[in-house]
Amino acid sequence: MTARIGVITFPGSLDDGDAQRAIRLAGAEPVALWHGSHDLEGVDALVLPGGFSYGDYLRAGAIAALSPIMAEVTDAAGKGMPILGICNGFQMLVEAHLLPGGLIRNAHQQFIRRDQRLRVENASTAWTNGFEAGQEITIPLKNGDGGYICSAETLERIEGEGLVAFRYVGVNPNGSIDDIAGLTNERGNVVGLMPHPEHAVEPGFGPDTRAAMRSGVDGLTFFTSAIASLANAAA
Amino acid sequence: MPTIVVDVMPKAELLDPQGKAVAGALSRLEIGGITGVRIGKRFELTVDAADEATLETVKKVADEILSNSVIEDVVGIEVVE
Repeated sequence: MTARIGVITFPGSLDDGDAQRAIRLAGAEPVALWHGSHDLEGVDALVLPGGFSYGDYLRAGAIAALSPIMAEVTDAAGKGMPILGICNGFQMLVEAHLLPGGLIRNAHQQFIRRDQRLRVENASTAWTNGFEAGQEITIPLKNGDGGYICSAETLERIEGEGLVAFRYVGVNPNGSIDDIAGLTNERGNVVGLMPHPEHAVEPGFGPDTRAAMRSGVDGLTFFTSAIASLANAAA
Repeated sequence: MPTIVVDVMPKAELLDPQGKAVAGALSRLEIGGITGVRIGKRFELTVDAADEATLETVKKVADEILSNSVIEDVVGIEVVE
């Protein structure tokens, strides 16, 4: 059976269309969901896409995290549904306390867009099981509020428990502590990261690689991982 | 109508990139005597009455919505007419 993966559109979401396309290219059925609804339409997994919901007013992701549908998202997270927050979606997950810590303005104050090298630190989550632990990947990064911070106690816990899912390699683009680019929850079903896997899923449209310009498709593995994790759970 | 002012600041121990940028500009302008800048947020909430129940509500809203305790502190809640 084809996995159905929902993509929630919030006012100001920008990458919902790309996330749907990535899901389709990975072999699942994308389902468009709306922030103002209380209905997840029976999807098997969820993506909270990138963008600038509510213009980043109050704090990035803060108002979206109070959306009606977030009650169902929180409930689904507790039941183990694979949920991926990308960029603004990651900011929503921390604002909703589904992942620890917070995201603040980039340390250098600038918006940044670059093809970013990452190291996959935890390859046992619902969204990373197709990678090897320690594998380096390159996917686009584009954000203004991507500086990850948390208290010293939280940092000790997330580092100690292996909850850092991705770390920046080469360049720390936003001043994140410990080069943290993405996190997972303890159960491994909720994953959030600042860079954008959905923009590296099809040759011709991804980051440059040694093989050819724009040929990078490292982001596709996020979505195929989720499909594999759903298939394993069903088996 | 009474107004309740809520002040929120980035936590003291955290980097405040905005404040740092302004401090840098002041220093480039060779304005003396100012050694640091931190930038926070001021919310002005118009309320029906500044009674105890409303203040209780505002405190809850300030802690849970207007600020994120991971990165910010509520540093003041004050009734102004």
